[in-house]
Amino acid sequence: MFTEEELRKVEEHKSHYPDNLSAVMGVLHMYMDKYGHITDEGVTYVASLLDVPEEKVLGVVTFYEMYHQHKTGKYKLQVCTNVSCMLRGSDMVLQTIKDKIGIGIGETTSDGVFSVHEAECLGSCGTAPMMSVNKDYHENLTPEKINELIDQLKAQA
Amino acid sequence: MTDYQPVLLPGTPDLHRIDVYEQHGGYGQARRAMSMSPEEIIDVVKDSGLRGRGGAAFPTGLKWSFMPKDGEKPSYLCVNGDESEPGSFKDRQIFEFNPHLMIEGILIAGRALRIKAAYIYIRGEYEKWVQMVEKAVADAYAKGYVGEKMKETFGGDFTCDIYVHRGAGAYICGEESSLMNSIEGIRPYPRVKPPFPAQVGLWGCPTTINNVETIANIPVILDKGAEWFKSIGAEKHPGPILYGISGHVNKPGVYELPTGMLLTELIYDVAGGIPGDKKVKMVIPGGSSMPPLRGDQLEGVRMDAESLKDVGSAIGTAGIMVMDEDTDITRILTRITHFYKVESCGQCTPCREGTGWMLKVLNRMLDGDGTPKDLDLLHSVAKNIEGNTVCALGDAAAWPVKFTIERFRDELEAELQR
Repeated sequence: MFTEEELRKVEEHKSHYPDNLSAVMGVLHMYMDKYGHITDEGVTYVASLLDVPEEKVLGVVTFYEMYHQHKTGKYKLQVCTNVSCMLRGSDMVLQTIKDKIGIGIGETTSDGVFSVHEAECLGSCGTAPMMSVNKDYHENLTPEKINELIDQLKAQA
Repeated sequence: MTDYQPVLLPGTPDLHRIDVYEQHGGYGQARRAMSMSPEEIIDVVKDSGLRGRGGAAFPTGLKWSFMPKDGEKPSYLCVNGDESEPGSFKDRQIFEFNPHLMIEGILIAGRALRIKAAYIYIRGEYEKWVQMVEKAVADAYAKGYVGEKMKETFGGDFTCDIYVHRGAGAYICGEESSLMNSIEGIRPYPRVKPPFPAQVGLWGCPTTINNVETIANIPVILDKGAEWFKSIGAEKHPGPILYGISGHVNKPGVYELPTGMLLTELIYDVAGGIPGDKKVKMVIPGGSSMPPLRGDQLEGVRMDAESLKDVGSAIGTAGIMVMDEDTDITRILTRITHFYKVESCGQCTPCREGTGWMLKVLNRMLDGDGTPKDLDLLHSVAKNIEGNTVCALGDAAAWPVKFTIERFRDELEAELQR
């Protein structure tokens, strides 16, 4: 599970609050970073680290969009389709991805490298259309930029 | 107002670095605040007329005055950087380009509110900006501006801590009581009010929640004075404001200008007009929750809380979404409603169920199976959500539907015929 260094980070999260339970979001982010999704085992582990009931941790995991309980692609392409992006070409973004890697919203490539997700507004309205790939924002997208980005990711995968 | 000089985002190179911020007088106002009494600080903020920049435009000084002056429990400040309202992308500019202004604002507010600690709540997807703010906070600690060392740095006996709390993708956490529950680590359902946060907030302690941009205005008010602040922009809603302009404009982006600018000036002069010189069909002036305005009724409309109230809308986050004459209103309304359905926390039945029913009807219209009666049905569902929920998300979901039907019925009926 967590290394000693990571456990120190857990302690640091705990030190920010008068109550251990408050550290749950930070520790779940650490778990997501390390494992990509949060299994039942992960819930039990995080609960034990914080000495809080498992159901409290599960209640938090199931509430938030960013904590996944199931595996996603290695690269999560989250395409914003909200109004400002829609007005500036989110349809084009989805179509370009579909043409390039053959999948649409809610799908994962058979090799597990890419998954495509519909995102709610990610706060890039001035640089629309956009998508995030894992933690990185890619803004002012054009078909050329998307194709280039996917090629790069494929090469890294 | 082209002679306005930005103060929140002045464009100084590398201002995000603490040494550069210091070179430009940074943390001087925090130092001054430590020798002022909390009441004096609150009075200056009250005099300035500053109103919250997160959506409700509530007078900041008045909000601060609700905090108890003494008591056994510690007090807290939450800085709301959840920034998830569609069409809003301004707070991230402060995180990226002027984070120390926000931190200095926290210290001044902290002194005024006698806080033990402040939590900067940043939406989880803003990972890059979380890191930037964490770096800025760490630098401020290292320089002795935050934490125990404040006593040595500033003199006096006030100290406070600042922590960054990262969200995880939930629009509802921008609602202040949901935000506090999120920090507490429980499922972030909004709380019933009263009691209000100033009495029972974070961990049951007195708490104030202010938006990032609101807090960033505080050092500027102390520096330049309440009179200066009051002289900028609209009389009843003064000061600099970050307009986020997006959609069908030639130059989308965040622009710092005085409140009360003409909407047409912002669209045509500041944001460079509409691509292809098309006409405007719809403008949402303050993020997707706010009632939309018709393109043929923009003349003379000013961007401040009072002026927008007069034309049946609201300033919200000043995130202006512009839609040209070719925009499919049914599709826009469906997308907006989809957002509120996904983001409804599910606590209150009218919102949880109502958003789903509205989406179902809108999807039917989009598929070409709608009738004019569907517009009445939608309107009725929206009216049954409005005002019947614990928090404002219900209203935020109902208003776009209700007001789009009332103001764009001709467009919607025409789109039903396709």
